Amino acid sequence: MRPVLNHIKHAVLGLSLLGLAAQASAQTTVDDAWVRATVPSQSASGAFMTLTADSDSKLLSVASPVAKDVQIHEMTMKNDVMSMGPVKSVDLPAGKAVTFDPNGYHVMLMGLTGQLKEGESVPLTLTVENAKGEQQTLEVKAPVRALTSMQGHDHSKMH
Amino acid sequence: MGVLGLGLLAGCDTRGQLSYKYGKDLSNKIMGRTFKLKNTDGETMTLSSFRGMMPMVFFGFTQCPAVCPTTLARAAKIKKLMGADGDRLQVIFITLDPERDTPEILDAYMKAFDPTFVALYGTLEETQATAKEFDVFYEKVPAGDTYTISHTATSYVYDSNGGLRLGLSTALSAEQCTEDLLTVMEVC
Repeated sequence: MRPVLNHIKHAVLGLSLLGLAAQASAQTTVDDAWVRATVPSQSASGAFMTLTADSDSKLLSVASPVAKDVQIHEMTMKNDVMSMGPVKSVDLPAGKAVTFDPNGYHVMLMGLTGQLKEGESVPLTLTVENAKGEQQTLEVKAPVRALTSMQGHDHSKMH
Repeated sequence: MGVLGLGLLAGCDTRGQLSYKYGKDLSNKIMGRTFKLKNTDGETMTLSSFRGMMPMVFFGFTQCPAVCPTTLARAAKIKKLMGADGDRLQVIFITLDPERDTPEILDAYMKAFDPTFVALYGTLEETQATAKEFDVFYEKVPAGDTYTISHTATSYVYDSNGGLRLGLSTALSAEQCTEDLLTVMEVC
């Protein structure tokens, strides 16, 4: 399993680097993007990744052809109550890896056009704006991982 | 193993007095005694439908991208870690979103994690009454032209006689939960 995942990670990295090359002002990298698989008729899922901007920036929006509506959500836990809701943007401080994982920010894919199956990949278009107001778009192909994927859970103990 | 020894002496009829390393002792609370919901085969289920098993009840909704699948994946891992004792663990997922979580979706969702996991659903009123009975907070949060749901993410554990025993927070690992679940199992 491991070599395959590494392979996918490299493929994703490669694609995001291609995105970078195409954009003169591109300054944000995307690592380890993935999307949670769904069961038939399930209309929403989450996308996860790590973003690193080399100057202070903001993630403004995400779009994908697999969903009618894509939103950036923040999840917080307080007294074991999980609260969730949309945020307008996410700050990407210079040089800091900002993680979108099941414990914090995540990208909600809502109104899915079909089932997301493990092994497929989902195109995501990220719009990032730097402090000067310059926008860049990043194209990412995120592999679909099993619905049962626990990635991110073990991070919770480190907080 | 003094704790386990005490548990054995106390027997099934004694509530409380079990010492958990990670979870919250809920043996002085009364929750989940009267709920009546349907399983994905349309059968009416109550807590006593699971007598003889150790029920672990969790509330959520299938469009939840984060805490619900990770908690169910943790439950599947716990069941494996418990070995043969895991056969007595009955994972029960109660949907807080009966409007969107159809029996078909719930059935497929549970089976993706473990074929023995049970999903229960009710009408909006029954869902509300059940959440209230468990002191589970939940509310719809508008998101574009649809909604997501904020909710209590605790897993509630009963002994095989239907006595509420333990609350497991989402912050706990599968290994930590397993240790406390085996403590409950020593008694009943």
